[in-house]
This record gives sequence, C-alpha cells and structure tokens, in this order.
Amino acid sequence: MKTPVLSVRDLGVRIGRNQIVEGMSFDVEPEQTLGIVGESGSGKSMTVLAATGLIDVPGADVRGSSLLSDGTELVGAPERTMRRVHGKTIGFVFQDPSTSLNPLLTLERQITESLQAHRGMTRRTARTRALELLEAVGIPEAEARLDSYPHQLSGGQRQRVMIAIALACDPQLLIADEPTTALDVTTQAQIIELVRNLQRDRGTAVVWISHDLGVIGQVADEVTVMRGGTSVEHAPIVDIYDAPRHSYTRELLAARPMLGKTTPPVAADSADALLTVEGLDVRFTVGSATGKRTVHAVDDVSFTVRRGTTLGLVGESGSGKSTVAGALTGLVPPHAGTAVIGEQAIFSVKRRSEVKALRRRISMVFQDPFSSLNSRNTVGTAIAEPLRVHRLADGRSARDHRVAQLLELVGLPTDFARRYPHELSGGQRQRVSIARALAVEPELLILDESTASLDVSVQAKVLDLLKRLQAELGIAYLFIAHDLAIVQQMCHDVLVMRQGRAVEYRPAAELFADPVDEYTRKLLDAVPPEHPRAATP
Amino acid sequence: MTNMEPSLTEAEPPTVGKTTRVASWRLLLSNPVTVVSAVVLLAVTVIAFIGPWIAPYGVNKTNVVNALQPPSGEHWFGTDDLGRDIFSRVLVATQVSLKVAVVSVAIALVAGLLIGVIAGYRGGWLDMVLMRVVDVMFAFPVLLLALAIVAILGPGLTTTMLAIGVVYTPIFARVARASTLSVSVEPFVQVSRTMGTGNGYILARHILPNIAGTLIVQTSLSLAFALLAEAALSFLGLGVQPPQPSWGRMLFDAQGFLGQAWWMSVFPGAAICLTVLAFNLAGDGMRDVLDPKQRTMLEARRKR
Repeated sequence: MKTPVLSVRDLGVRIGRNQIVEGMSFDVEPEQTLGIVGESGSGKSMTVLAATGLIDVPGADVRGSSLLSDGTELVGAPERTMRRVHGKTIGFVFQDPSTSLNPLLTLERQITESLQAHRGMTRRTARTRALELLEAVGIPEAEARLDSYPHQLSGGQRQRVMIAIALACDPQLLIADEPTTALDVTTQAQIIELVRNLQRDRGTAVVWISHDLGVIGQVADEVTVMRGGTSVEHAPIVDIYDAPRHSYTRELLAARPMLGKTTPPVAADSADALLTVEGLDVRFTVGSATGKRTVHAVDDVSFTVRRGTTLGLVGESGSGKSTVAGALTGLVPPHAGTAVIGEQAIFSVKRRSEVKALRRRISMVFQDPFSSLNSRNTVGTAIAEPLRVHRLADGRSARDHRVAQLLELVGLPTDFARRYPHELSGGQRQRVSIARALAVEPELLILDESTASLDVSVQAKVLDLLKRLQAELGIAYLFIAHDLAIVQQMCHDVLVMRQGRAVEYRPAAELFADPVDEYTRKLLDAVPPEHPRAATP
Repeated sequence: MTNMEPSLTEAEPPTVGKTTRVASWRLLLSNPVTVVSAVVLLAVTVIAFIGPWIAPYGVNKTNVVNALQPPSGEHWFGTDDLGRDIFSRVLVATQVSLKVAVVSVAIALVAGLLIGVIAGYRGGWLDMVLMRVVDVMFAFPVLLLALAIVAILGPGLTTTMLAIGVVYTPIFARVARASTLSVSVEPFVQVSRTMGTGNGYILARHILPNIAGTLIVQTSLSLAFALLAEAALSFLGLGVQPPQPSWGRMLFDAQGFLGQAWWMSVFPGAAICLTVLAFNLAGDGMRDVLDPKQRTMLEARRKR
C-alpha cells in the first residue's frame, strides 16, 4: 500500500462555542479521488480547509492532525510552511469561477504567479508552461487567450483556467470545492471529464466536495458522507450506491436528480389551454464602448401551457428562458408576438386596473432564495404584500389568518410569520417565496430555476411540495430549469431553448424516449447516470 | 419521500430557536455606548432650551477688569477678553449651534432624499437632469455657494441654516441615488413588480428601509460637519451675528488668545466635540437596531 498523499486523523474545528467539525479521519491515496458529500452547513468545506491549513476564520480552533506524505504536519503549521505547501503540493479550485480570478490580471499572469513563486521560473519559461496548461485544460486558441482577461471567458472556461492554475506546479493533491455547482449541466459534465483525464495523465490525488451524490458518483473512488460536522459513512463509491448503511446516505441517494426516476401524474389530454404564446420576440439594446448593439434574447418562440399542467422550459444560461418569464410578468418589454392567458391578452394591456388584474393571474418565484426576500421585512409582511396590494383578505386579522394558512400550505410552522428571512435556511426561504406567490391564487406560477440554488436533498423536498400544490390547487406551472432530470420529474411538456430559439417542443414522455435534436441529446447525456462510473469500467 | 413536514434535514440556521421580537428601544438601551450618547444628546437638548435661565451670568455682561481670568470657583470656564463668563456663553450658545445643525441637516436630508430617490428609481432623462444639477452644485466651492446665498438673502441665523442645508443637499442626493439604484435591481423589488405592487408601496416598504442605514450614518456625520460649517460662516461674519454667541463663533474669537487663554478655545471646542461624538455614536447604535441581521445578533446576546 502506498503512503497516502494526505492523512487526516481525528480532525476537529471549534469556532467560539460551536463545534463545527468533529472527529474526521480519512486518507487520500495517490491517483485516487475522495468525494466528500453533505448538505450546506454540514462542515465539508470547513473540514478540508482545516486539513489544508487554509482556514481563516478568526477564533477558529483546529485540533487533530493532518499529515502530508513527506511528513509535514499541516494543523498548526507556521505560515512559512503553508506558503511552501499551498500551490506547490496542494492546488485549489473553488466554487465560483467568476470571483476566484482577479479581474485586473491577464490569464498569463495568474497562471504563472505560482510557477514564479515556487519553481523560480523566468517569465519566458513560465509562459511556455502556462500555454501547455491552457491547452491541457482544453481552452481553444490558448496562445491568444494567454493575454485575455477573465471577463472575456465564459463561466466554464474560467473554471478550466482555475484548474490550470491549481495544477500549474504539478501538485500531489487537488482540492475541488463544489467546482461545478455554479455551472450549467453540460459544462459540469465537461469539467468532470477534464478533471478525470488530468488525474489519469498526471496521477494527482483529488478531494472533491459536493452536495450532489450524483456528481460524486461520477468522480470519486471513495466517499465520505458528512452530516452535522461528522462523518456518518465512509466507503468505496460502489458500496455507497449499492449498499448504503446509513439512512442519511439513502436519503441523499434518493434525492439526487436522475433520469427515469419519476414522472408527473398524467394530465387529462383534454386540459384546455391556459396560456398561449405566439412568436414571442425580445430584443435588448446594449451600449458598449464600440457603440450600441442589439441582443436578440428570444427569437420567435411559441408555446402553450395547459390548465393544471407543467411546461418545462429548458436551456443553458443565456438561452433566453428567463427573458420569456420576464416578458410574461411585465419585467421586460417584448418586441413582437402575442401572449394570451384565458381570454386576456398580456402584452397589449395598458390600463392600470387591467395590469393589476393580470398580475394576479401570473405570479413568479425567482431563483435566489436569499435576495428575493427583503431582509428588512418579516416573513409575514412579505407574504402579506400581495394581499395588501390586491386588497385580498382585507383587515389585519383576516390577513394574518391568510398568511398562517399559506405558511401551512407550504409546510412551514405558522410562527415563522414573525421571523426575518436571514433566520431561515435556503429551503425554508424558498417555501416562503412560494407561499407569497400563491397568495394571489394565480392560475399560472412561473418557477424560474426556483430549486437550482438549493442542495439536492432540499431541492427534492421543494419539488415534492410543488407537485402536491399542483395536485391540490390545480395551478399550471411554467417550470424553467437547466437540469433535465428534474424536468422529467415535474413536466408534462418540454420546450428546449438554445440561444433564444426553440429547438424542440414536445410532450415530455416523447421527448425523453426519443430526443430528436442534437442539443437535447447533449443535455440528456450531461445528467449523471444512475450508477457510479466506478461500477462501469 | 413523503416528507411534507418542515424538513428535518433542512439545516436550522444557528440563531434563536423560538423567536421573540424585542422592542427597538429595549435593544437600544441594552447598548451602554448608545445609552451614554443618548443621555449626552438629551442633556445638550435640555440645555439648549433652558440655557439662558441657568446661566450664572448674562451672556453679554462685560467686565473688563476681570478679562482673561483662568477657570476658578467664580467663573468655572474662565472669562474672555471682554471679561464675559465663558461657561454662560457655552450654555447659551448650545441653542443656536444645535438649531443650525439640526435644521440645516433636516433641509439637506429632505431635499437630498427626494431628489436622490426620484432620480435613482425613475431613471432615464429625469435622473440625468437632476444629477447634472447636483454635479453643478458640487462643483461650487462650499463657502462660495454659501456666500452667494447669504449675499442674496442677507446674513442671519435663517440664512445660515438655509445656506448650509443647500450646500449639503447634493451629498444626500448622491448617497440616496446610489443606494436606491442598487436596491431597486434586487430580486425582491422585481418580485414586487411581478405582483403588481405600486411604486408607492415599493418605495415605502422596500427601498426606503433598505437605504435607511446609509442615510442615518450620513445624517449623523453631516450634523457634525454642519456644526463646523456654522463656525466657519460665523467667522467670516456671514453666520450668526455678534453679540449672539455660538460655539463656532467663540472658537474663532479665541484664536487670538491661544497662547494666553487656553480656556477660551478648549471649552467651546469640547462642547462641539462632545456633541459631534454623541451624534455619531447614537447614529451607529440606531443603525445596528434598524438592521435585522445585527438585530438578531443583539437579541441573541440578550438571551445569554
């Protein structure tokens, strides 16, 4: 047996009086990938930061030991040792590629920084090495890209550059903290592939942190499942999938989005059309240094949402799916096209009273559960806002009663009405947003990536809630998402969008059985399969 | 999964379990610094009202024989070059100084807030026009602008307040506009728009509370600067007219005697310093209580 690259024993982290991490022990073997899975707040990032000496929370007290293969102890090591180790022996890739790169430096400067610091390379040799690295991580036209700035790259490309920086000094260990969470599914699949290939070529050991067991299944050889700061299960990936011992592991397995798991209850074919959109066209004028330019965000898109059913609107970021939602809710003026809900035309209303009546029929839940609630209002005030605006349940006591009803409807205790949003978890906030959207008893609820920023285990519960609400209240959903696995769970019809155009629009069952468009197939392939990759050699 | 209960795995945020809201004033009182500064402000305000009655000597009672006396049992803060009692003058000047500061900042706050919020929320050409006007006002040197206003309206207390108010308006307008711009693109404002909420409700419920923190800090800072601006204007003979005393005026009267009579400048200076400090600290305390995140921390701390 080889010496492990990193050997962690009985690691604990205390911040103030809170024990954040307790009794974590694991080994990272060379050329292997250790997956750490758990929901946000379970201490998975904290564990890895503490084990690699990167923790920078004031007052954090780290106990236990963390040994590198050459015998260096990282817990409590002096800063000089850390500087020698970070970047040279251990490379890091973090979650958000848009903030982990310095916007003022060219890619070359950012990649060569560690080479010059650790290897004492001259600028010229470092540049050659940077070029190799960019080619290795699959950046097209690497030579020209060396002199570009981060804002000239897409999110996926930036994450590739982050990986290039992390690998610059050929570290023995690569730490990847939720590296694909902020990316589209297709990009996620590419990054996973890239890391696997690089690992095979270079023999780097990897620690991959994620909240999604589906992703972990694609990368890891061994998995540690974390909950509440401790490890509840540690086993090879195949065992975790085939014979999970802990109930929490089973819960995570059940929660991961997966194709062919469930489909929504069959809707009556006779369900009549609620919303009909014809030839929707939205353009933005963008001013830039080189003059004004028109962006064609939505180009001739038509669809129908039937009463009590769900239409899935699928595509990557920038495909125009949120713009469709914006046009329907009056946030974005359409350029051309018609939309009719019931008998009411949406784009031609001008009178204030008509606009107000229209806003009652369509409501919307946004993606980010943190910024879509005003932090200065209590949950009760937030839910009561549409009631006040539309003069529903008039009078204070009637309103309080209705708010309590709505909270119960979304599965929250009624005393949450007095809490402020920051006192709630992400999933709870999203439930509040849903309650607020339901307050006006809409006929159509637009869900714009409403579960995308939640942990998979929480996402599964919110999706269950949405299904139950549809069954009970008979609302139609316009379900905007980038993940085809959850779209299959939720939707009766699916519209796939790419660069503002509809590329495929069919009933969900047909589309998943036999995708016609190449792009749809690519999206389908990107969904992590049911079995871990290690099980299918 | 059949879990429709509030889920067990959704991590409870590490805050208060059963939340009981505490009244704002109780929280304010739990911070000793805020309490002390509030007491000082209260004392200053009371003095402003009853100053003329409790002053041991007449404000303008000269006594040349006793000129430039150091602090003693008879004259607590000493006497000035004309033999006037400095303690009495500091007490009486409180009213004038405080009035100038509060009224001028109130003018600036109301006008600036109105301009800034309208410009930031409406946007478009109105924003452009309003902000260019503000830019022009900014471009004038402060004293020159005040001078011009005084020249038109004639010197005096009212003019001083108006002049300082006008001079500080663009600062409030800019702060209000910048905060309004950043708040009005927040998703919770967009949510409100999709619900058909009117502009009035959005402004009152979402925008104003979220820009209040910045404005409170700006207000407490401006009160301090307004006190000093009054002093500067009075020195030029454009502010409070002698023999009416004001702290700033007394400071400038004292500058010729810095070497011989330190008490002439120290005591009015200390009055300005104390009041300014109290304004700032009270402003900080209010901001903490008005921000829900800070508030939860304060409430949690009380529980222990």
